[in-house]
Amino acid sequence: MARTRTPVVSGWFTQDVPPPAPMAGPAPPFRLLGTRCTACAAVFFPREDSACRNPHCAGGGDLAEVPLSPRGRVWSYTDGRYRPPAPYVSDPAEPWEPYVLIAVELEAEGMVVLGQGAPGVRLADLTVGAEVEVVGGVLNEDAETTWLTWQFRPVGPAGRAGSTGSAERSGGGS
Amino acid sequence: MSADVAVLGAGMHPWGKWGRSFVEYGRVAARAALADAGLDWTDVQSVVGADTVRSGYPGYVAGATFARALGWQGARVTSVYAACASGAQAIGAARAQILAGLADVVLVVGADAAPKGFFAPAGGERPDDPDWLRFRVLGATNPAYFALYARRRMAVYGDTPEDFALVKVKNAAAGLLNPNARYRKAVTAEEVAASAVVADPLRLLDVCATSDGGAALVLCSMDFARAHGVADPVRIRAVSTVTPTYPRTVLDLPDIATDATTAVPTAGPAAAASFRASIARAAYEEAGLGPRDLSLAEVYDLSTALELEWYEDIGLCGPGEGASLVREGATALGGRVPVNTSGGLASFGEAVPAQAIAQVCELTWQLRGTAGERQVPGARAGITANQGLFGHGSAVIAVR
Repeated sequence: MARTRTPVVSGWFTQDVPPPAPMAGPAPPFRLLGTRCTACAAVFFPREDSACRNPHCAGGGDLAEVPLSPRGRVWSYTDGRYRPPAPYVSDPAEPWEPYVLIAVELEAEGMVVLGQGAPGVRLADLTVGAEVEVVGGVLNEDAETTWLTWQFRPVGPAGRAGSTGSAERSGGGS
Repeated sequence: MSADVAVLGAGMHPWGKWGRSFVEYGRVAARAALADAGLDWTDVQSVVGADTVRSGYPGYVAGATFARALGWQGARVTSVYAACASGAQAIGAARAQILAGLADVVLVVGADAAPKGFFAPAGGERPDDPDWLRFRVLGATNPAYFALYARRRMAVYGDTPEDFALVKVKNAAAGLLNPNARYRKAVTAEEVAASAVVADPLRLLDVCATSDGGAALVLCSMDFARAHGVADPVRIRAVSTVTPTYPRTVLDLPDIATDATTAVPTAGPAAAASFRASIARAAYEEAGLGPRDLSLAEVYDLSTALELEWYEDIGLCGPGEGASLVREGATALGGRVPVNTSGGLASFGEAVPAQAIAQVCELTWQLRGTAGERQVPGARAGITANQGLFGHGSAVIAVR
């Protein structure tokens, strides 16, 4: 039975869609989704849907969904050499595979967003200030569900090399 | 500038992994502080507890829990939770009661029995909790955040892992002299470099451990101190518990993103350290003192690299100059402005609700001139600084 493909948090990124039929054209690009206050232009990620949190906002606006910049620059990065505690999901029977965490500065929003590196991205592929792009990926799988998330990967040769073979595992969407 | 309150007593339960209840650590620390003050528990009019969420009742009842452990005597009670800033808020609440004339003598207690390993959020499916989300979605532990700051310093200021190790070496040397510290052993830069990487570029010995421990203070009005025969007590002159200002532009626990600057542009790099720096700035303004007046400081060395950031945020040096201070030995015992003379979290480990209180215990002993082998000669003023999860500021200035 095929697993259901489900975002780990709903509404934070564009809905994953099945790979397009051969004649349907390319899938829409993967984007992080935030909200933007129509009164003061404040942008929120994770999305804020109840009220604008800018203390200087005059109020009266709506919070409209907006896609965030698809690319940004590395603010900093690290990895996790030890298994994180729950609720992070990992199989204790498997050896721990460190993952990369990248904090990415989105210029248009003036915002830093943290995300995991795409499969294959190593610390050596990253430098502060380098350009990265957001892609869809798989956080973890259980019996019924493939949990989807966002990931970052370098733009350019390192990104393509680093993510070779991972696009299929991450189910496209990028 | 506001009026002073006096520190009449300070006490701790030694920190470590003792396998007992946080109530026991708090009771022992409270008894030590009362003995130091020369007061009976029944003299105390108000007790303020800094709460633990892990080992006590999850309903945050630490104030009354300590009062019960000491013996019900009818004192006014307050319980506060502000993560790592809990102790500072407890001191702030006690001080407000004294300055408002609601109590002359207040006992402040914080204690914890921390689990081993990474701190983690409470269980269950709780996607409305940012702390739960950062673990579920990213596996982003506290050391991961500290590592992001460390890497950023390396890229922007040219700090090196060797600079970070110097902080551990310095703090271990001070902790060696502190009978309340958990780790009382010199550490070399080579030992730091040989320890396992936790989150690149930080290693095990760059990151503080979790611990059990307790700390307590007896605070009183200046009039009460004089009537008690203490003419020149250590005085608390400022307690800063400020929140951040929007937009917060530095990624901070437990958030997975900063605020956007689309609505309120910031001044660029100057805003980079704004929250941590604003905590200290508020304390300095309240105390009518500045960084140049400091004899010493106690700051949160959750990681070695983070201590360097605090040097800049409390104004000991300009942005990016933290590493040069530790290289020069300016912040070591015997240096121009010793930082973490207690040994810091590097030597104590984290016992969350006790930490900000323990920092003020160290200031008290230093300002009294009773800090023994780790004494800063002629200490006249000190600052403590830390911050709590979810945007809780914490700084205390004490003077003699």
